Amino acid sequence: MFQGLDLDVPAGRVTGILGPSGTGKTTLLNLIGGRLRPSRGTVQVEGHDVHRLSRAELYALRRRMGMLFQSGALLTDLSVYENVAFPLREHTRLPEPLIRDVVLIKLEMVGLRGARALMPAELSGGMARRVALARAIVLDPVMVMYDEPFTGLDPITKAVIVKLIRELNQALGLTSIVVSHDVAETFSIADYLYVIADGGVIASGTPAELRQTDSPWVRQFVNGLPDGPVPFHYPARDYYQELLEGAAP
Amino acid sequence: MIGLLQALGHWSLARVARLGRGHLFLVRTLASLPRLLPRPGLVVRELFSVGVLSLLIIVVSGGFVGFVLGLQGYVTLVRFGAEESLGVVVALSLVRELGPVVTALLFAGRAGSALAAEIGLMKSTEQLAGLEMMAVDPIERVVAPRFLAGFISMPLLAALFSVVGVWGGFFVGSGLLGVDAGAFWSQIQAQVDFRDDVLNGVIKSVVFGFVASWIAVFEGYDAVPTSEGVGRATTRTVVNTALAVLGLDFILTALMFGNF
Amino acid sequence: MVDRKIEILVGMFVALGLGALFLLAMQVSNLSQIQEHGTYRVTAYFDNIGGLKVRAPVTASGVRVGRVAEIGYDRSTFRARVVLALGTQYDFFPVDTSASIYTAGLLGEQYIALDPGAEEETLKDGSVIQYTQSAMILEQLIGRFLVELTSKK
Repeated sequence: MFQGLDLDVPAGRVTGILGPSGTGKTTLLNLIGGRLRPSRGTVQVEGHDVHRLSRAELYALRRRMGMLFQSGALLTDLSVYENVAFPLREHTRLPEPLIRDVVLIKLEMVGLRGARALMPAELSGGMARRVALARAIVLDPVMVMYDEPFTGLDPITKAVIVKLIRELNQALGLTSIVVSHDVAETFSIADYLYVIADGGVIASGTPAELRQTDSPWVRQFVNGLPDGPVPFHYPARDYYQELLEGAAP
Repeated sequence: MIGLLQALGHWSLARVARLGRGHLFLVRTLASLPRLLPRPGLVVRELFSVGVLSLLIIVVSGGFVGFVLGLQGYVTLVRFGAEESLGVVVALSLVRELGPVVTALLFAGRAGSALAAEIGLMKSTEQLAGLEMMAVDPIERVVAPRFLAGFISMPLLAALFSVVGVWGGFFVGSGLLGVDAGAFWSQIQAQVDFRDDVLNGVIKSVVFGFVASWIAVFEGYDAVPTSEGVGRATTRTVVNTALAVLGLDFILTALMFGNF
Repeated sequence: MVDRKIEILVGMFVALGLGALFLLAMQVSNLSQIQEHGTYRVTAYFDNIGGLKVRAPVTASGVRVGRVAEIGYDRSTFRARVVLALGTQYDFFPVDTSASIYTAGLLGEQYIALDPGAEEETLKDGSVIQYTQSAMILEQLIGRFLVELTSKK
């Protein structure tokens, strides 16, 4: 999937990873989270090689990572409250009143304290993602990974998510990795950006630097042009010739 | 020709790989069972959806199978003037064969398919991946309780099926066709052996419970995470369980009753 | 309190299932008849046991008093050795009781019938039954019958 991919994610910042669909952005997050194993190369988080860790060490590391899935990945048989409380119940032995306080604090942060009794099926896509975000930060992780946080949301909800990512990063001192193909939103929150395609990093820099780029590919992607180095047409034989063939059987 | 051989090779390699995955998965599931001990609540919830919700179909089917056995047995036995043995025929068929086998087949249709679909859907909606990223092992949290619940439920359901079936046979035979009630029960008690018949039947249902639960949770866990993949996993659960149960039934019967 | 309801229903389910297992064991099978009391074992030697099987019933005047516990072949007497497990409540059989192998019905299972003798002393655990009558072998009967028929001519 990747070849010669090399990126650094600075601690305490928001790093954006941009790229068209199908370039393996989600794969990248799975590599960082240790769910997938690279055939070559290493992934280091806080100096630990993720894929050399024992199972227990990997699980200990994951407790300090949050991940926001595209679909939210809420447990459908638990209420919003129980979903957010889930990591606490699994990993801590906090007394119930304390769990309640922590859950309510996190739900308040994403503005859904009032929705705690709802079931995941009753939530809109944006609300589900906010609940998932509350759940991702409930153990106070050092790092949160966002997998396509803006996809399929209306502009208002998108703005809410953008605001949340930005605020949480500042309030909790998180390291954030935002993987997305939504250029405008990612540009607006990231401190530093990587653009990946064809298995490698093709451009990187601050949002301002990337806007000034002269790479035609990056320009096409950033400005959202239909044709350019990435062709509009799927590779095919010559158009006219194929039409003519059909006309004369 | 070469293409055909290649396809055959690919197909069988994929099969072997699946077989291997299934057994590795089973080992992981069994290994995580002890970690369920401090949390019986997880298993109780699954016992509800696997066991309690299967009760109705088991009881109703058991009753009807008993009715049919009563009728068929009576019609056959009365030709030899041996209708007093009706109870034995009904009880032996149920305890030895129909109880464990039909329960396992119904279980595959009712509980097994639901388990596979549930786990498959959790996979396709990234819930399993989410659990992993929350440092929770989905095999321990999701798979193992369901497997254990299925394993526990099957012998209980099979025993219920048999009991209801015997009463169904009694109802038809004695209530409708006039076989003497005393003869019905005393013949059963005299002829049905605890170790040879009842215990072997229970052993069968324990084995079926193990296999059926394993197939269901594995098919769900191994499903292609799309709606089509989940659908196929559900179908495969029912088909594979049915085949495995019937095949194993033959082997077990040969082992248990074959040596005399 | 959904959890509480589930717990109760599951509890009922398990109780029902275990109850069914118990019913199968006690009501449907013959478990309740054996092992109600202890058993004592006596040995009997037969020339031919025919199709007698382990666990076959042992009766006296048609009443079931025990079962066949063991069947073996004795190396010194060259006869079949059958160990009978008799219920301890039937501890009053005289030592000269005889054991015969019969068939229930024309084609039914074979069983052992005890015919009490007249001695004062009774059979104890480890006793040997002296008088035995082997199983009727249908082929032998027919053979003997045919021989008689032909020799009369």
